[in-house]
Amino acid sequence: MHVRDLAGEAVAGMLARPVRSALTTLGTVLGITTLVITLGVAATAGNQIVGRFDELVATAITVEVPETTNVPLVAWDSLERVTRLRGVVSAAAVAESKDSANLSVRSNDLVDPTSVTTQTLTVLAATTGLPEAARGRIVRGRFYDAGHIRRADRVAVLGDQAAKMLGITRLDRAPAIFIGRHAYTVIGILGDLRRERNLSTAVMVPPTVGKQFGLRDVTRVLVNTSLGAADLIAGQAPDALSPGNGDMLQVVAPPSPTRARDQAQDDVNALFLILGLVSLVVGAVGIANVTLVTVMERVAEIGLRRSLGAARRHIAAQFLLESTLIGLAGGVIGASVGVVAVVAVSAAKQWTPLLDVRLAIGAPIAGAVVGLLAGLYPALRAARMEPVDALR
Amino acid sequence: MPEQVIELTSVRRDYPAEPPVRALDDVSFGVARGDYLAIVGPSGSGKSTLLNVLGLLDRPSSGSYRLDGIETTALRDGARTRLRGDRIGFVFQSFHLLAHRSVVENVMLAEIYGGHPRKGRRERALAALDRVGLGHRVNFLPDRLSGGERQRAAMARALMGGPSLLLCDEPTGNLDSRNTGAVLDLFDELREQGLTIVVITHEREVSTRAGRRVRITDGVLVEEA
Repeated sequence: MHVRDLAGEAVAGMLARPVRSALTTLGTVLGITTLVITLGVAATAGNQIVGRFDELVATAITVEVPETTNVPLVAWDSLERVTRLRGVVSAAAVAESKDSANLSVRSNDLVDPTSVTTQTLTVLAATTGLPEAARGRIVRGRFYDAGHIRRADRVAVLGDQAAKMLGITRLDRAPAIFIGRHAYTVIGILGDLRRERNLSTAVMVPPTVGKQFGLRDVTRVLVNTSLGAADLIAGQAPDALSPGNGDMLQVVAPPSPTRARDQAQDDVNALFLILGLVSLVVGAVGIANVTLVTVMERVAEIGLRRSLGAARRHIAAQFLLESTLIGLAGGVIGASVGVVAVVAVSAAKQWTPLLDVRLAIGAPIAGAVVGLLAGLYPALRAARMEPVDALR
Repeated sequence: MPEQVIELTSVRRDYPAEPPVRALDDVSFGVARGDYLAIVGPSGSGKSTLLNVLGLLDRPSSGSYRLDGIETTALRDGARTRLRGDRIGFVFQSFHLLAHRSVVENVMLAEIYGGHPRKGRRERALAALDRVGLGHRVNFLPDRLSGGERQRAAMARALMGGPSLLLCDEPTGNLDSRNTGAVLDLFDELREQGLTIVVITHEREVSTRAGRRVRITDGVLVEEA
């Protein structure tokens, strides 16, 4: 028997009862659709998570500088050597110490018994690149510049939470804050921090001013790299900051992106996968059931085919192919609906849909396999039929 | 090609039961090429069993059956199936046309099993339909045809591939007298063209048109004059 004849007979058998065939595919359609949506949305969402990691974490490097007694490991001006590195987007050196972490700061000298005017805030010294390095935004006013640092001007920039606590909302009257006994002019408020969020409750002063609070040496360097440069910069930054002593610095680099992706893939919703598989099994049972009914209805046809010279294997092949085609049709429809659904979900969430080609190809094949398995028993029944009985 | 198309020697067919039912008892007869044989007998006489044996749908319990000189009782299932497809054209009482396929597609069905070439199949089917006088109905669905036309379509299907033997089981059982006449006329024509025909029937009108007549009663075959 020619393969094309076999295919023709199977297709004709399927199309002889189009409504029944269409209904039979439904179970497979549901199962495949569920699987494709589950896997597709999981992959798409996973990619989004990785994308956010890439943007925020995967490019952030922190270099911790251990305290030394005599010569500082990292000089304030060595930051320049880091910003020169290719792949560095922004960098800032910060000095922080235990002594400066709990300084009382107040916005005026009035003693108001009804409210707490003195706040305990962290004071830290930082270079001018801090707003960019902390991925924040100057909400009001400005950050201090190299001139302020050189002249050791008594200026301060507040984190937005710190400013709120101190009751400073506008800067046009050049408000002052008192750290200890000295007054400092607030020239800017830093907010919208996406890195080093604790800066929002801090008071930032130029390094030259920070010396008064014991903030002598750089304790931390924040570096932001362009995407993919983190590993490289993490290796280069210590040597750039402290030539000869680079290995004494601790570099906190982001985890490599692949691991982030693996973690995201683990978040695939197992429940929906099980649901899809159950639908597939139900679909298979449906196909098996209907094919069995069809075989019983077509006993005379089987007898006729046997009388025309069809061997048992020809009969089995025809019914097997019919159920496989029904499964394949269900798989194709299910995969299409699933892909459209994934794209729709992505559009609604403004994600980039991520579709694995293997999923798009594998889903119809899975449907066909379901149909094939479901057709095994009915096909066997049809093939076992004795032509004498079938023609009776 | 041997002159005898069918050669049955001492064929018995027992059905396992308690006591065993002997449906064919020592049946021996031959059918020569070009013969037109009618097998008559009341229902339950063993007609259907004989037809099944002749059509290679059933194996005799003992005895020998040669079709075109080939001993069939020793053949395996696959070989019998091939022989059946190649040498025997069946015509059934209930036509057995596939309802969803056009007349010509039904006729073409006869050639999809076995090693017939795909090329020219439709032409051969059309020729077979012409031969039974159904050339004007080729694209009709079977349910649009009259009973006689349906049986002629089934005969065209049986004629595809040039069988040695046309085996007909009550071919006119579902037909009125006018259609019966048309089908019997066709049998006459086919016989004149040299085809070997075996018809199983209980209708006198059919059996009298045949060249030879055998009667089967309780499994025993008797030649009638």
